[in-house]
Amino acid sequence: MHSKKAPLPLTIAAIGTLLFLHVPMLIIFLYTFTPDETTYTFPLPGFTTKWFGVALGRADLWRSLILSLQVATVATIAALILGTLAAAAVYRSNFFGRESISFLLVLPIALPGIVSGIALRTAMGGMDIPFSFWTIVIGHATFCVVVVYNNVLARFRRTSASMIEASMDLGANSFQTFRYVVLPNIATALLAGGMLAFALSFDEVIVTTFTAGQQTTLPIWIFSQLTRPRDRPVTNVVATFVILITFIPIFLAQRISAGASDTEGENK
Amino acid sequence: MLTRLSTYFYQRPKLVLWLFLAPPMLYMVVVYLGSLFALLINSFYYIDDFTGLIVREFTLQTYAQIFTPANREIFTRTATMAFFVTIASAIISFPLAYYIAKYASRRLKTWLLIGVTIPLWSSYLVRVYSWKLILAQEGILSYFINLFGLSGLLEWLLSFESFGGSSLALSPLGMFIVFVYIWLPYMIIPIQTALERVPNSLVEASSDLGARPLQTFRTVILPMSFPGVIAGSIFTFSLTLGDFIIPLAIGNSKFFIGQAVYSYQGTAGNIPLAAAMTMGPVAIMIIYLLVARKLGAFDAL
Repeated sequence: MHSKKAPLPLTIAAIGTLLFLHVPMLIIFLYTFTPDETTYTFPLPGFTTKWFGVALGRADLWRSLILSLQVATVATIAALILGTLAAAAVYRSNFFGRESISFLLVLPIALPGIVSGIALRTAMGGMDIPFSFWTIVIGHATFCVVVVYNNVLARFRRTSASMIEASMDLGANSFQTFRYVVLPNIATALLAGGMLAFALSFDEVIVTTFTAGQQTTLPIWIFSQLTRPRDRPVTNVVATFVILITFIPIFLAQRISAGASDTEGENK
Repeated sequence: MLTRLSTYFYQRPKLVLWLFLAPPMLYMVVVYLGSLFALLINSFYYIDDFTGLIVREFTLQTYAQIFTPANREIFTRTATMAFFVTIASAIISFPLAYYIAKYASRRLKTWLLIGVTIPLWSSYLVRVYSWKLILAQEGILSYFINLFGLSGLLEWLLSFESFGGSSLALSPLGMFIVFVYIWLPYMIIPIQTALERVPNSLVEASSDLGARPLQTFRTVILPMSFPGVIAGSIFTFSLTLGDFIIPLAIGNSKFFIGQAVYSYQGTAGNIPLAAAMTMGPVAIMIIYLLVARKLGAFDAL
């Protein structure tokens, strides 16, 4: 079938869909150069690069950026630990209810964000937990665990159990086996899962609006501009920055996962 | 010492299993399921009209409020939008999914899949924001519509009361475009996965036996990839049902479920009613998931 050429209308439709998926983000990039502060006039009435400087000078943006980076880092670390443990447990044994574990972990990304958000807010409010940095992290960790879990579990399934047995047979204890055999084997899966989790957390807005108190993460800052635009050009710069900072880890994570399944295919 | 500990664990695989399982399960059950449960409980409380405080007594009166005409209208409006978004996503997804599954070389396939998954994972909010620029009255889309002399067509579309409005950015039609754009990758991936499983030999056999391409599509490809469509529609339907960012950013002032929940919870402080309203999407999703499992859609996920 590979030798057959695709019919032209199909190719055109496929290219059109891909453009539909990607061109809108490029348009934001285009608008970072507009001198127009109050409207989104097209064609751009001129060309300027001053908004990058303006954005760099905004203290509130720096605070939001640092907060978002901190939240994403802590949520990612939590997801790495919890996701790997869950994957190891599910891989090791065929116990009752392992399907329910996958289901439970997927739930936070399968249900609409507003359900998770309002549920967490209700529970935290009911227990008089003040909304803070940590309540944001707790919310983010719930939906980050599943991406680490999926990546690591897929890698475990490709790792042959005989390698672990060989290590044990050759006299290594379980800790040494973990350090020298298991960890190197799942390292790239951890990296891929971790980067995806980071990207998910970094630009999450729905759950965050419910679990944050006075804190303004970068997505919350953009969200406030969405309904009450005050700094249009600066928002364009920030949006472009968010695209870049999430694009890079997602792209690398996809490359890692694709590369891993490619080598698997060749071994068959 | 470490070796002794290692041996101890090795002899007790059950203990190790529980040690592995306990932290993630405790976290997910206590924090996540616990919160969902708290939400459920709250939906059975009610708010005192005079004091504005939540009364923690079991009642079904909050659920009764959902069926007021205003709220019923919100549900219908949101479900209608979710329905059309799902149908449109499925139709738009097919060509690209089919191309990836059946024609792309291995190398190209990897790149195309990356091209589809990047928007799936990235910058939901920024992707919504981009349409604020595109749909603006003075923006790029209007420019091209005028350039091609299609403004009459646009005005005609916007004149419909059911989905029109003063401009694309302020109409349900504009919202519909943005919803499709945002959730499309969630539909492409399951359809592509399902199409990969349709054997090429079947498609070839169908055309060898004289079926025209459209006939082959209707009688062979579509039925065999339908579980993928169902799997994708779980996402497009559920995500549209619960979204409040898109209706807030684009569209007119008519409420969607997500927005209603957001404002009941926030400005009105009526958590019981907000909770009861989210149970709507949750219930629809659970029914949907059960039906989808019956149809074998989970194999395509």
